Amino acid sequence: MDLDPTLLARIQFAANISFHILFPTITIALGWVLLGFKLAYARTGQQKWMDAYFLFVKVFALSFAMGVVSGITMSFQFGTNWPGYMETVGNIAGPLLAYEVLTAFFLEAVFIGIMLFGFRKVPSWLHTIATFLVALGTTLSAFWILVLNSWMHTPVGFEMRDGVAHATDWLAIVFNPSMPYRLSHMLLASGLTVAFLLAGLSALRWLMGQRSPDVRAGLKTGVVMGALLIPVQIFAGDLHGLNTLEYQPQKVAAMEGNWETGGNVPLLLFALPDEQARENRFEIGIPSGASLILKHSADGEVPGLNDYVAEDGTPQHPPVAPVFFAFRVMIGVGVLMLLVAWYGTWQLRGGRQPKRPLLYALSAMTFSGWIATLAGWYTTEVGRQPWLVTGVLSTKEAISDVPGMVLFGSLGAYLAVYAALMVAYMATLVHLARKAGRPKDGGDVRAPFPMPGLSRAADATPAE
Amino acid sequence: MTELFADPSIWLPFVFAALMGLSILIYVVLDGYDLGVGVLLARGTAEEKDRMIASIGPFWDANETWLVMAVGLLLVAFPVAHGEILSTLYIPVVVMLIGLILRGVSFEFRAKAQPDHKAGWNAAFVAGSLMAALAQGYMLGLYVMGLEHTLWTVLFGLLTAACLTGGYAFIGACWLIYKTDGLLQRKAALWARWLLAPVALGFVAISLATPLVSQRIFHKWFDLPWLLYLAPLPAAAAATFVWLRRKLQHLPRHDDRGSFQPLLGAILLFVLSFAGLSYSFYPFVVPDKLTIYEAASAPESLLIILVGALVVMPVIGAYSALAYWIFRGKARELSYD
Repeated sequence: MDLDPTLLARIQFAANISFHILFPTITIALGWVLLGFKLAYARTGQQKWMDAYFLFVKVFALSFAMGVVSGITMSFQFGTNWPGYMETVGNIAGPLLAYEVLTAFFLEAVFIGIMLFGFRKVPSWLHTIATFLVALGTTLSAFWILVLNSWMHTPVGFEMRDGVAHATDWLAIVFNPSMPYRLSHMLLASGLTVAFLLAGLSALRWLMGQRSPDVRAGLKTGVVMGALLIPVQIFAGDLHGLNTLEYQPQKVAAMEGNWETGGNVPLLLFALPDEQARENRFEIGIPSGASLILKHSADGEVPGLNDYVAEDGTPQHPPVAPVFFAFRVMIGVGVLMLLVAWYGTWQLRGGRQPKRPLLYALSAMTFSGWIATLAGWYTTEVGRQPWLVTGVLSTKEAISDVPGMVLFGSLGAYLAVYAALMVAYMATLVHLARKAGRPKDGGDVRAPFPMPGLSRAADATPAE
Repeated sequence: MTELFADPSIWLPFVFAALMGLSILIYVVLDGYDLGVGVLLARGTAEEKDRMIASIGPFWDANETWLVMAVGLLLVAFPVAHGEILSTLYIPVVVMLIGLILRGVSFEFRAKAQPDHKAGWNAAFVAGSLMAALAQGYMLGLYVMGLEHTLWTVLFGLLTAACLTGGYAFIGACWLIYKTDGLLQRKAALWARWLLAPVALGFVAISLATPLVSQRIFHKWFDLPWLLYLAPLPAAAAATFVWLRRKLQHLPRHDDRGSFQPLLGAILLFVLSFAGLSYSFYPFVVPDKLTIYEAASAPESLLIILVGALVVMPVIGAYSALAYWIFRGKARELSYD
């Protein structure tokens, strides 16, 4: 069997980073939601917020551990799979990664211990601060890694000396042209993923027959959060797309499946892009739709893939079909989210009970955020090909000389472990949801918690 | 002195090698005790397992971050060496990573999955800890052997794999003497006594092998006057072994006095062996092939990281201390509420 090391290294890295990103996508926003639950309890004194906190803090802990261990793998694979990457752009990637470790990893890793196990050991205000610092840590981590990722798409603030990138302007590197758009798009994606996770698990609990106030609180929080975030996300995504049009037009051409540059380009709802024939089959589209979205006029010029072919005929644009379909999956899930979240908000208005179709839809969409997030990342990362760092370093140049067989074997081992963990993760979430409905220790009322820090009642007087 | 600091391409690689070394040392001590507890978990009863896990619960995550820090520093400060070392050690690295993955998640799953799966997750926890410890020991052995793959270096790697795992189990047992009481504490003292001999064996093996493999290292240790200057290092290690052996005979006491001392002794052993290894290999980052000065990144990038590290590392130290203070004393059952 002929094992192409470049392809295997890419598949292995893609498998690891795809598995990894699922869990930060949850923990980034869930940290803030947990802080919100704690503060809501401090303000209202309603036990349901604390009950919701204790269920979802377990989800958080589990997701956090999955993120940490798969993240450690990433830190090794930068070097093992892509030695050329650090050799060429290490002077830029290095400090950004180092700042992520220094400012984010230690912060979250230390305070998660206090957040998870310190509830009885530290004053409530300190526990709230620990929760805040963990949420801050996950968000800072997202900031640094998205700075680096965005720089790889739109590199600025450096000069090449002897084939090695040297930083000339760190502010320009950090605030590179695509960073603000990519960061907001990802943070909102995390928010939506958590919104549907909250709503989905709560819907599942409702379907299991649980009716305690925290079930409804989780359901409503998730649905309303989704309904509020999705229009913002559509707006941010549109801005991100326009930014990509400016800096990586060939990626937009692949997303739209547009071969020839010109006006009145249709918005394709479906097509089968054929790279051999350099045309689409079975096109179904809205006339001038893409021109309207990208240029805000029906005859607006949209770049075409045929502009990105070298003299000798090798394409200088990404593979079309994966980008084209990944983009449509992301948009499709987004539209579904919009419909379900808005319908759910309307149905739950004024304390109304959720109906079965909504509950089924929500529990089926528990992990819909993951699908949209992965599809979005595939769109942008495959869309960057053949470059690893746009215009600076091609993916092929960064490859290591690890033999194909070794890569193949380790890929198999990783995939087996990841598949088993994914099954265990989902099963455990369902188990936690089921267990949350059972009264603790024979069902007597739980002792009241001391009021958290924001209230003056903090000194040992139990809350009512 | 001013001359030395005049050229950043001289002192920056040294400072970064020191920072990386410090991170590796902190990692080996901290994750050493929790990997060791993971290995020893196989020997505990169901109830003891819960307490053993509880003793490391609030700390393991931060402990492992030091590995990311160390590898991160290798990656950003010495990128060429990162590629060279980790490509050569590709397979043990994969074994270690899968071990760390299994261990990290078993920690959560064993407490949260269905009760009848708990034994399985405990087994995964032990297996993961063993894989990580053995793989790290094997990598240490191959590194000492100059990253060459021959029958003898691989056999030596297997020996150091067993010895480092023993060392981790030893510091893990010392941690348990400090953090637990009752029968479990007595068991931990027994484990520590039993493990001291393999640890000493590993010590001697690495101390003898390192100078024998490399002429350069041999001369660094055995040429006069270095032999005299360096004599305190092995002497201190030998004294620590004797002291630990005597201490462990009398532990634990009823009033729990001195339960922290074996851990202190174990840390001292790790520090001494690390000092010896650093002295042997300096200035090389890839043994006898690539020095830290040849492998270093551009000075301006290192400077940016150094500024951040100098500001942030004391803060990390402070809040880590806070966590150890909050979870001080004997380990009790962990709960979220």
